Amino acid sequence: MSDLKALEIKDLHAGYGETEILKGINLSVKPAETVAIIGPNGAGKSTVVKSILGLLNVISGDILLNGKDIVGVAPDKAIKQGISYVPQTHNIFPNLTIIENLEMGAWTRSSGISERIDEMFQLFPDLKIKRNKVAGSLSGGQRQMVAMAKALMVDAKIMLLDEPTAGLSPKFQAQIFHTIKRINKNGVPILLVEQNAKQALEIADKGYVLVDGANKVEGSGQDLINDRNVARMFLGSK
Amino acid sequence: MWETFGFEFVNFYLIPGLVLGCIYALGAIGITLTFSILRFANFAHGEVMMIGAYLTWTAMILSDSLFGSSLHPLLAAIPAVVIAIALFILVDRYFYKPFRAASTIRVVMASFGMMLVIRSFVQAVWGPNQLTFVPGIAKPNELVKNLTLSMDMMILVPNKHFWIIAGTLIIMLALSWLLTKTKIGKGMRAVSDSPELAKVSGIDVEVIVKATWCVGGFCAVAAGVFLAMDLQMLETTMGFRMLLPMFAAAILGGIGRPFGAVVGGLVIGLAEELSVYPWFGNGSLISPGYKTGVAFTIMVIMLVVRPSGLFKGRLF
Amino acid sequence: MDMLIGYSLYGISLLTVGGIYAILALGLNIQWGYAGLFNVGIAGFAAIGAYTFALMTTAPSSYHYGGLDLPLPLAIVCAMLLSGLIAFIIGLICIRLRSDYLAISTIGIAEIIKLFLKNETELTNGPRGINKIPRVWEHLTEERFYTKAPMSWFSDAEGWEKFFDALPIWWWQPFFCITILLIVFIIYHLLEKAQKSPWGRMMTAIRENENAAHAAGKDVTRRRIEAFVIGAMVMGLAGAILSQHLRLIDPTNTFDPSKMTFLVWVMLIAGGSGNNRGAIFGAFLVWVIWSASEIFINSGLHIFGEMISDVDISLLKTRAGYLRMVVIGLLLQYILQKYPDGIMPESRPVQTGEKFKKGRI
Repeated sequence: MSDLKALEIKDLHAGYGETEILKGINLSVKPAETVAIIGPNGAGKSTVVKSILGLLNVISGDILLNGKDIVGVAPDKAIKQGISYVPQTHNIFPNLTIIENLEMGAWTRSSGISERIDEMFQLFPDLKIKRNKVAGSLSGGQRQMVAMAKALMVDAKIMLLDEPTAGLSPKFQAQIFHTIKRINKNGVPILLVEQNAKQALEIADKGYVLVDGANKVEGSGQDLINDRNVARMFLGSK
Repeated sequence: MWETFGFEFVNFYLIPGLVLGCIYALGAIGITLTFSILRFANFAHGEVMMIGAYLTWTAMILSDSLFGSSLHPLLAAIPAVVIAIALFILVDRYFYKPFRAASTIRVVMASFGMMLVIRSFVQAVWGPNQLTFVPGIAKPNELVKNLTLSMDMMILVPNKHFWIIAGTLIIMLALSWLLTKTKIGKGMRAVSDSPELAKVSGIDVEVIVKATWCVGGFCAVAAGVFLAMDLQMLETTMGFRMLLPMFAAAILGGIGRPFGAVVGGLVIGLAEELSVYPWFGNGSLISPGYKTGVAFTIMVIMLVVRPSGLFKGRLF
Repeated sequence: MDMLIGYSLYGISLLTVGGIYAILALGLNIQWGYAGLFNVGIAGFAAIGAYTFALMTTAPSSYHYGGLDLPLPLAIVCAMLLSGLIAFIIGLICIRLRSDYLAISTIGIAEIIKLFLKNETELTNGPRGINKIPRVWEHLTEERFYTKAPMSWFSDAEGWEKFFDALPIWWWQPFFCITILLIVFIIYHLLEKAQKSPWGRMMTAIRENENAAHAAGKDVTRRRIEAFVIGAMVMGLAGAILSQHLRLIDPTNTFDPSKMTFLVWVMLIAGGSGNNRGAIFGAFLVWVIWSASEIFINSGLHIFGEMISDVDISLLKTRAGYLRMVVIGLLLQYILQKYPDGIMPESRPVQTGEKFKKGRI
């Protein structure tokens, strides 16, 4: 069985300009895994995701996608390589309809667009009903679904989600986590940054706790939930 | 309308207002697209309109000397459009692109400078004096005159106005098709919504930029040619004179809303012409010399009261 | 000897006009460098200053309002005050607008000012403009001045006439020039002092972090209006002096924004934006380039015309004049790109109020 990880990050130092935010991060995502990154605000969780995408300055370290180094690759090229990204905010085109949003997600695809759209509508039936509605008129939870569906229009070798449940009602939060698990079961490895630590760890195979730009704790999702220190730090306030 | 206002109102104020509005609308489309997709106010837009008109005239003169008869302005405009688009793309590459990541001021200053460069170039090559675009006085269309006479009115519309209004309608329909039915049109709307999201969705933003210049350039040249057809003459300040009203129209409609820009253009064109109509007996609302101030006033009111425009465009 | 005088006078004229532009650039620096205001209506404020001065000091005329016979310094002060007043009114409405929108608004205001000057022909003689504007120092040679106080205290009309006849015709030029340079120096000095004062430090704080300053209770809008008004007053001053230099002003050509406004901005940016010294340096540098290029091209054409006898030089000259502007325009673009911080960048590591736009491609 191949040892090749879907995503591997080794000793990553990165930040904005000269300011270093990540001080030597290590993590990996196996082909069938859901991996969660949790930690306090300012720990650098979103920064990890942005580095993968080439949105900020990587000072040193490796980022390997299926074994291939992608440090310094521009964002649109990174998407072409199979990285599917759901940003935390501004993750849909508000003035385009749902179906147009999906079409934009498929920009780099040359074929199979309508099939993929159908697949997305199967995964998110609510969106199918409203397919011609302008995305900006949807509720927060529905918008998040559009963002995820749009991101999945590419043949994703990994899906990165930056705080997907932020600001959503508990009902939608549960729905999102459920959907993420479904996507993972369909064969897409997931790297998930979350503030909602407990629920994220519940669906995660592996979790990393980041504090101040460095790895603090890691382990399986269940182990971290049961870890007293982690529980004290995060899981008290959901 | 005829009973209340009559011959003078419709023929000398309303229709000219519509025609002017069409010209403003076309110019404003280019400005609103540049503003929303490239994120800056392109001051050189008026000069591209002007050089488009001059190039068209040159094509007409050339065809006259080569083939004995002069091309219709709309046909002669085709090479002008090609050159104008090429010009826009070159200017973007060498003068605007270096400032993409920098602050607004530099790229606006660069566009200001291009305004000077293009206008001086035209003055150097074609001379600073007025040139006749289409000689003679435009006679009203006989068909329309007779038709409306039979209805107890008389509407006098010269052919050139038909071309302008029809041309604007056709361009609007084509634009609507482009923006809602084609991949690149949707891409333009996407980048207008959020360039960062477009980038991380894999959209090739440079292609979108070039497409924007193409559409903007096309509309600018169309506006310039229509203006030249209406005035029947060319002069080197014609572009700059249109700049403020076009900006006002784009802001009025809402930045990034091409159809808003069209509505804005029509409103401003009509407002300008109607502001000098003698509504109350003898005097008009404002003195004719201040006509061009109307657009500016509308714009400032919009900026203070509702900066996102009538159709809720982008706010920066 | 004559040639020496000729060259010296040319040098003096370069310094004179360069000095006027330096004053404009300093005025713009107050608005831009201190308060981050993107004013593209410079030509408008200069026009207000110029016309105010002209209308207050020219002799009575049937073409325009005039004949007030007021002392020149008073007229200059009025020019500054009127510019400032109009800037204040505009500031109340527009100061909160973002850069692009402020730029469009200020250009619109300049246009409205121009429209006003063109249309109110009874006041301003409309598009034909105002001429015979008295020049400081040279005005002493005009009869209506030396026949009145204070000059009449020293001699009678005949005495003055003889005195001036004896002087070379260009005697006033060095005085005019030095007066302008003195004004530049005074303004520079005042601005440098202001920068170090509490007001200046507050402006710097606002420029660098508006939100923090606002939270600290500083009235940002009021400071911005202050900077706008003071900058406009300085521009009005420059306009008043310009009208003296030119002696003839009109609403369209003298205050053409593509030349005046663009030039001043390039001067400020090329010199080192946010920086008073840079503003002055940029003004002189760009002006010398602009002016000297005219001489070069004209003499080049002259030589060309001598060589080929049947070429119409005058036509070529006008066309070449425009071509020169194309070249200069391109050169200035180049300077804008290659020297983003100016040729004389700020010595203190201060951001010049340029806000990097989010969401740019």
